[in-house]
Order: sequence, then structure tokens, then C-alpha cells
Amino acid sequence: MKPWPKSYIVALIVAALALFPVGVLFSLASDSSQVFDAYNLEVLVNTLLLMTITALGAILIGVPLAVILTYVQLPWKKFWLVLLAAPLAMPSYLGAFTFYATFGYSGELNAFTGIETPPFDGLFGASVIMIFYTYPFVLLSTRAALSSLDASQVYAARTLGMSLLTSLWRIALPRIFNGIAAGALLASLYALSDFGTPAFMGLDTFTRVIYVEYNAFGLSQAAMLSLQLLVIVALVLYLEAQVKGSQEPPGKHLVFWPNKKQQLLIISGMFPIVLFALVLPLAVFSIWLWRDGLGNFELSYAWNSAQASLLAAMAAMIIALPLAHASLKGKAGKLMERIIFVGFGIPGIVMGTALVYIGLQLPFLYQTLGLLVLAYLLRFLPLAIGSIRTATENLDTSMVNAARLLGASPQEAFRRVTLPLTMRGVIAGGALVFLEAMRELPATLLLGPTGYETLATYLWRVYEAGYFGLAAIPGLLLIFISALGLLLMLTGERFNDIEFNKETQIK
Amino acid sequence: MIEVTNLSINYGDNTVVNNLSFSLAQKEILMLVGPTGCGKSTILKAIAGLLPIKSGEIKHQSWTATAKKHIAPEKRKLGMVFQDFALFPHLTVIENVSFRLKSPEKAEHWLAVLGLSNFKHVKPNQLSGGQKQRVALARTLAHEPALVLLDEPLSSLDAALKDELRWQIRSALKEAGVPAIWVTHDQEEALSIGDKVGVLLNGKLEQLAPPHECYTTPVNKFVARFLGDANFIQGEYAKTEGVVTSIMGKSVIHINENLEDNVELLVRPEDLNLQANDKGIGKIIWSRYEGKSRLFLVELATGEQLKVRQSNTLQLETGQNVSIAINTASKLNAYNLG
Repeated sequence: MKPWPKSYIVALIVAALALFPVGVLFSLASDSSQVFDAYNLEVLVNTLLLMTITALGAILIGVPLAVILTYVQLPWKKFWLVLLAAPLAMPSYLGAFTFYATFGYSGELNAFTGIETPPFDGLFGASVIMIFYTYPFVLLSTRAALSSLDASQVYAARTLGMSLLTSLWRIALPRIFNGIAAGALLASLYALSDFGTPAFMGLDTFTRVIYVEYNAFGLSQAAMLSLQLLVIVALVLYLEAQVKGSQEPPGKHLVFWPNKKQQLLIISGMFPIVLFALVLPLAVFSIWLWRDGLGNFELSYAWNSAQASLLAAMAAMIIALPLAHASLKGKAGKLMERIIFVGFGIPGIVMGTALVYIGLQLPFLYQTLGLLVLAYLLRFLPLAIGSIRTATENLDTSMVNAARLLGASPQEAFRRVTLPLTMRGVIAGGALVFLEAMRELPATLLLGPTGYETLATYLWRVYEAGYFGLAAIPGLLLIFISALGLLLMLTGERFNDIEFNKETQIK
Repeated sequence: MIEVTNLSINYGDNTVVNNLSFSLAQKEILMLVGPTGCGKSTILKAIAGLLPIKSGEIKHQSWTATAKKHIAPEKRKLGMVFQDFALFPHLTVIENVSFRLKSPEKAEHWLAVLGLSNFKHVKPNQLSGGQKQRVALARTLAHEPALVLLDEPLSSLDAALKDELRWQIRSALKEAGVPAIWVTHDQEEALSIGDKVGVLLNGKLEQLAPPHECYTTPVNKFVARFLGDANFIQGEYAKTEGVVTSIMGKSVIHINENLEDNVELLVRPEDLNLQANDKGIGKIIWSRYEGKSRLFLVELATGEQLKVRQSNTLQLETGQNVSIAINTASKLNAYNLG
């Protein structure tokens, strides 16, 4: 196999495509007169504050939950784990939307019970929402680190005279530090990239201001802001690449058996998180449905969402197979895969800005479904590649050897052993792309053809118009789609697989 | 029947197997045994056609593979049983076993022979390690190979399972009437299962002979040590009589042309007898209870230390003086020093 494998050609094309948006932004931003001004500084501070508070909050909730859900024997342990990991599968803008509509003078809570609560918005509101929907990053990465930590080390510390808490602090914590950091950085990345939450909360972060500039026909200013955001994203991604810790072989980890009273205490401590992150949005949308009925919701919104997402998913499945193959083939292939993963780091609003400009330059693409599908593809293709790669990595070479020795030709071995075993990964990857694209908001807002309303953009129009009750059906549908996404994460052979999928949710 | 002539295999510039030759007769089980890194698995892979060879020839009834003429694995009509089972996870047991069979009769037969009939429609991941390996063996035998290769088939299994499973595999191979090459690092496994044992060191076959021959007349000290506990006692060789004189007296040995005057005599721990005797030439250093026997370390007046295995009823205290004697009637083996 001395000449380049054919899969490299596909990989090279896609890698070039993935870098293209960044290049476009550079050329677009060079028209901008303003490089940085006072308002810009405010946006930067807001963004960094939101990011930092989110990371800290996610650690504060995620780490104790991880300790509890790894080491403490609770009744229905798996159920709690699924429930507490579930917010990861839900786009945070659903939370932001419902919280915004629930609290405050004109909020639903006031209307129903007459209890007036302070408005839920701004930096406080955005941070709380972000924490509620990103702590699972920390929970899962810390849990992975904790469960690979052998209990005998803590036992050794205790026989040497340390108390339980001290030995956890001195022995366990330093070893899981990387796990916590990785989760916190993913949470930061989410906070940086998410458009819906700061937008609904009225907090001027980069993503919101880019959209405002775009609407004010300040495309080049939007590009400049996008580049500034990308710099921060790149820094966080760099840090994230640094903390990849050494994977220890799983040993027997600690187990605590709490009594009934302690169990009750722990569960009542976890309950509010579930209540706010999951029950509240579901309840609010349901109440709206019951009160306002279907509103002017049209089935075509759901169909539009499904159409673009399905196209993106199918394209991803077709393209990802040679890409996964290329990344396993050699160093050059690995590099190209890394470049393609850049698309995953580009926030949706930034991708949208870049592709809008491409559309303006190439009129045959402008406002077409094709451009939207391309945006989905560039953003979510890494999900499909990752899923296929996991499947092919598990494929033992001795399995193919066994087939050959039983008399199968290389072609037959591929058809009967390799293909069926990778097919699961391909389908799972396609499904992931589909579900992500169904919920995508910012790029869809910018790139959707005129009159092409999807579930997510309809939710946005409802917010802009202020008739929250109309959001019942799309809101419930989006929650349902998120539940399907969660289900998909859980259908790995073991539940622990969701730890490997933790990077699948960056907006 | 398989004949390997002057086989050499390289990994990059490293020669892993060097000029190896052996042949295997119909229905024999050859155990290839050696320390880690001796190239035993590599030889198996080369015979299977999974690795290219650098020089030499592998000859079978219907094909001959050389460095220039590679034969694809699927053309070799060989069966292989892997250490990690290599069962296809997406297929059921019966689908695995009848992977390339037109009718399932052979598959059903071997599943029944190996006691797996109840697991036909189960996926491999629901089986225990021992069951998986039996499925893998059934799969191999059902495809009626002309030769079976087993690559450490028991090494990823619990010790408790190994003993039973090795005999199950052996009788299945005998029932199928196929020759087999079985690679292991376990000398006990090699000696008890094999019709022939090949001891490998650094890619070279040190000795290839029936198990008892390898154990009682090892060709060199490495083979002697690898196949069991071994004591070496210094002595003088009298060429004309074929006798070695040592602190233990005169011993008749197998004649060897290459022997020099000063030699070392191989004595297995079970070939020695101890008796409490205050004037004896030995002294007990330690004793270990082994259940069915007792192992002693005895220091001779010359400073040499010998391991002696005795009945478990013999009780001797540490420091006790003993007389020691060779109790075997068969000829011993002697080797040059060094």
C-alpha cells in the first residue's frame, strides 16, 4: 500500500472544505473598520464571565454528583445516572426559553400562582441555564476518571492513617484532576459556542452580537467578531488537548453503602437538579399545549427540520466511511481527520456567518437547502466519523484472520465480517448527525431559505414575537428528539459508552 | 502432513525465526513451547499465511509456500484457534461454527461433541471464556481443515478451566484425526498433551521429540531447565567407561561424543533420595510442603545446592544432616560446563 489510499482523496477534499469557512472569515473581516472598541470589550467580558461561571458551576455540581454516582450504592443507581446525564442531550436553549417565560413579572409562575419572582435573564440567568445543561460534561468525565481509580490506593492511604475525606482529597483528587478539567473545558466550550441561551437571556456575548450585526447588515463586523470568538475557542480546544490524562486500566473502585436516611438525603439533594433541568421545561411546554392548544403550528416545520437533517445525515454516512478509513490508514489521514474536527469547534453562528458570505458570492448557492445541509455536514460530520471509528477500532484483526483461515477471500471477509460490524457505527453516526441537525438553531437561522421554518427557528420567531404559548408543540417535539438522542447514547453495549460520547454535544 | 524447511522470518531487520526445519506426521499433535519472545506464535502465523516469510519453504499436501510464492490464508485449508477466540460478535454460535458451510450437520456434530448444543442460538458475548474457546474449536473442526493451528488457546482462561479444557481439545483433535500444532508457554501443558514437543529458543528449535524423551534426555541445559526442575552436579567423565564420577558416586550416562572431561550431571529432584544421617554429606536448608510431596533444598559439602522431591511423609528439620543418593536405574545425562 505504498501509493496513497483512495480514501485520502475524499479526506483531503473534506479537510479543505472544513478549513474554508475560517479562510472566508478572514477575507470578510479585512473589510471591517472596527477591530476592537469599548463595546467589543464589554462583549468579551460578558463572554469570558459566562464561560468561567459555567465552568466553575459545572464543577461544583458535576464533581459531587460523579462521586455519588460512582461510589455510592443508591437504589436505582442506573436510573439516576441516566436522569442526571440527560440534560446533556437537551439543547440549553429549551431551558433558557422556558425559564425566561416562567419567571419574572409577566412569567407563567406569576400568572398561575401569583408569586412574583425576579426576572430570569442577563448574566445570572444565562449562567444558571448553562450550568444546568453543561454539568453532565463534568459528571461524565469525572465519573470515568473515578471508576478507573483503584480503591486499594485509598485503602492504602487509610491504613497509613488518613481519614476517608483526607485520603480522597490527597489521593483521589490529584489523579482525577484531568478528568474534571476535561469536563470543565467542554462545558466552557459549550458556553462559548451556544447561541440560544445568551440570546434568550438578552446577554451580549459574542454569539448574540454576531447575530445582531448580521441582522444589521454588518456582515464584515460579524466576521471580525467571529474571528475573535474563534481565537478563544481555539485556546480552549488547545487546553483541552493538553489535559488528556493517562488512561488507567479499570480496577475495583470504592463502594459506599449508605443507610436509608443517607440515601434519602442524597436523593433529595439531586432532585432539584432534575426538577429544574428536565421537569420544568417539560411541564411548561405541556401547560402551554393544554392552555393554548396547537396554535398556528404547521407540520411543515417538523418536515423541514427532518428533510434538511436527513440529507445531512445521509451525506455524513456516505462521506464518513472513507474518512474513518483514512484516519486509520496513516499519519496523513490522522492529520486530515484532525482538520475535519475543526468544524466541530466552530460555533454554529460562526459557521452560519461564513456560509452566508459564500452564498452571497456564489448566487446559485444563496438561500438554498444545499448550503444549509453543507453547514450541518461540516459541523456534525465528526460525530459520524467518531462513531464509525469506535466501531472499526473494536474490530479485531484476528477476526478477519479467522474468516480468511476458514476459507473466505478478502472480499468475503469484508462483506461478512468487517462490514456488518462497522454498519452499526455508520448507522449510529448517521442518527447522531440527524438528531443534532434537528435541533440546530443559529446556522439554520442564518442559512435557511426564505420561509423555510424549522422547529428550532419557529421557537425563535415565537420568542421574538413574545407569544410563548405557541412554542408548545415545537418545544415538546425538540424534547422528544433530545430523548431519542439520549436513547442513542445509551444503546452502546454498556452504559459507560456515554462517556465516550461526551464530546458529541458541543453546539 | 506439513513440512517446514529452513524457515526464516523477519520483523523489519530483526530475525525472529532463523532456519527452522521440522515436519509433522498424520494425526500428530506437536506442542511448540518456549519462553516469551521465542517466536512460537510467529511460526504459527507464518504457517497460516498471515505473515510473509523471508526465506525457506512451507510444504503441505496440496500447496507449497515460499518467500516468493505467497499462498493466501484462505487457500491453505488450515484451521486456526486464537488466544482471544476471534468469534464473530454479530453472529450466533451456530452461525459462527457454520460460517462457510453449506449444511449445518458438521457444525451441529462438533457443537454436540464439545457440549455446546444448548448454546446454538446465543451470541458469543453471552458465553464464558471456556465456552468461547470451545465454540472457536468447533468452528475450526467443522470446516474440516487438513491441519489445526492453536495459538495459546488456553492462556486467557482461568487456571481451573485449563486442565479440563486441554483434554477436551486434545480428544476432539484426536476424534477429528487431524494433525495439530499447538503453541503454549506452559511446559506442563506441552508435556501432557503433545505427541511431540518442540522446545524453541530465540526462533530456533532446540529439541523436537516425544515428551518423555525431551524430559528424560534433554539435548542441552536450557531444555532441561525449561521442562522442569533440574539439578546440575559437577563431575568427571571417563570416556572409556561412559561413567561420570561425582560426589554422588559413579553414574552411567548416555554416551555423547562431544563431552569433555569436566561435565555437569543432570539429576531431577525426584531422582534423589534423602535419609536422616548425622554423618551424611548434605544439610537441609529449607523444606516446602507441596501437598502430594515435599521439596527440600540440600546443600552438599562441595557447596552445591540440590532440590530433592520426596514423599510427603518424610519430615526433616532445617539444619539436619542427611545422606543423599541417586535412586534411578536409568542412564543420566551430562553436559559440558558453561
